[in-house]
Amino acid sequence: MAELFCHHTATVLWGDRVDTLIVIGVFTFVAILIVGVTLALSHAIAPRMPTPVKGETYECGAETFSDAWRQMNLHVYIYALLFVVFDVELALLAPVALVAKSLNAPWLVFVEVALFILILGAGLVYAWRRGALTWE
Amino acid sequence: MIAAVIQFFEQHPLLWTFVKAVVLASFTLMIPLAVIWIERKVAGFIQSRLGPLHVGPHGTLQTVADALKLLLKEDIVPDGADKRFFYIAPYIAFISTVLSFMVLPFAPGWVALEMNVAVLFVIGVSLFNVVSILMAGWSSNNKYSLLGGLRAVAQLLSYEIPMVLSVLAVVFYTGSLSLTEIVEYQVKHGWNIWHPPIMIAALIYFICALAEINRTPFDLPEAESELVSGFNTEYSGMRFAFFFASEFANNFFITAFAAALFFGGWDGPILPPIVWTFLKVFVMIFVFMWVRWTPPRLRIDQILRFAWQLLVPVSLVNLLFAIALGVK
Repeated sequence: MAELFCHHTATVLWGDRVDTLIVIGVFTFVAILIVGVTLALSHAIAPRMPTPVKGETYECGAETFSDAWRQMNLHVYIYALLFVVFDVELALLAPVALVAKSLNAPWLVFVEVALFILILGAGLVYAWRRGALTWE
Repeated sequence: MIAAVIQFFEQHPLLWTFVKAVVLASFTLMIPLAVIWIERKVAGFIQSRLGPLHVGPHGTLQTVADALKLLLKEDIVPDGADKRFFYIAPYIAFISTVLSFMVLPFAPGWVALEMNVAVLFVIGVSLFNVVSILMAGWSSNNKYSLLGGLRAVAQLLSYEIPMVLSVLAVVFYTGSLSLTEIVEYQVKHGWNIWHPPIMIAALIYFICALAEINRTPFDLPEAESELVSGFNTEYSGMRFAFFFASEFANNFFITAFAAALFFGGWDGPILPPIVWTFLKVFVMIFVFMWVRWTPPRLRIDQILRFAWQLLVPVSLVNLLFAIALGVK
């Protein structure tokens, strides 16, 4: 019995998943192929005359004085961090949204999601008061 | 003859997938040609001029000529660039576009991969675009590119949150994460847009979509007049063309996604389903262009404040509103 169950789960889950992964793989491969072939074609027919000036970066014609890899605005990092927090929470909401209707308990869903959103909102208010939402 | 072909592909599903992938990826490359031509004509119309006129009837072949020109252009890579990332970035941009088209239903049965978590998949895959922009901006070793790339990351990530929240409102209404099932639900029960919470969600989605595809008033990542086109300044020739193409293909996709979520996808009377899909998509694209050529550009701090301090709270409350009315 247990063997049957495992086997069944395996074919249902893995069968579908592997198929999906293969299709995604084929599409990715074709996308890479198309970009690669086009770039190769361009490489074959386009002229190539590199000069030192051409190899410089274009910064409105002024001479480049240093490379760009220096200290950058850390604020982007805070937004990225906030995004990760929120996006993970939204990913947790997606399964709730999926089964919400079939539960036949609208108030339960409402209260649960409301609690969830309250906690999320508390996080947002915290970030807001600490000044994380203002770009300097 | 046709039966034999069908039988052949039934025996070789992998080959069939390959054919589908090639057709869809070529479609992804053809779409920008049409959209850019329309964009130029609409821009001309709004600015009281004619737009492209000479290449082909009404200038229809202008973008084809431009694509050929880019193919013949020298491929310049800056000496100081981080070559690996510089080469990889356009590939990632194009892969993310093709993969999001993969789960898009054009008409009943016209979907390359029927996926039960299509909505989540699209949200995940479209974020690869951010990676490619950051890669391009960083590896160019150009201060303007880096600034544009960082702005783009902050903006795209910020607007992703309210966008996902408004999409989740639709999921609460329809109880499915599959795009095909969402459209079929609307064919049965009427379009989602007629429900008040979804109307608000659609409005939020529209604003976020403008930001996600870097359109004015949110075109900060490539503000031509201040950043010399931002993250793709150093790209030329075909590499630039792929960034450009995937941006316009994303423009098509984000409206098609909206059509499936809010406007009943292929649903409509008399005309065949595929025509309805394209009709809805191009009407929305026209609205996007209209917006693009009307208001001026905002500042980066205004844009981010708008996302986090207005759109996120509003869409959180709207989600509860959607649950209260939609889950029964």
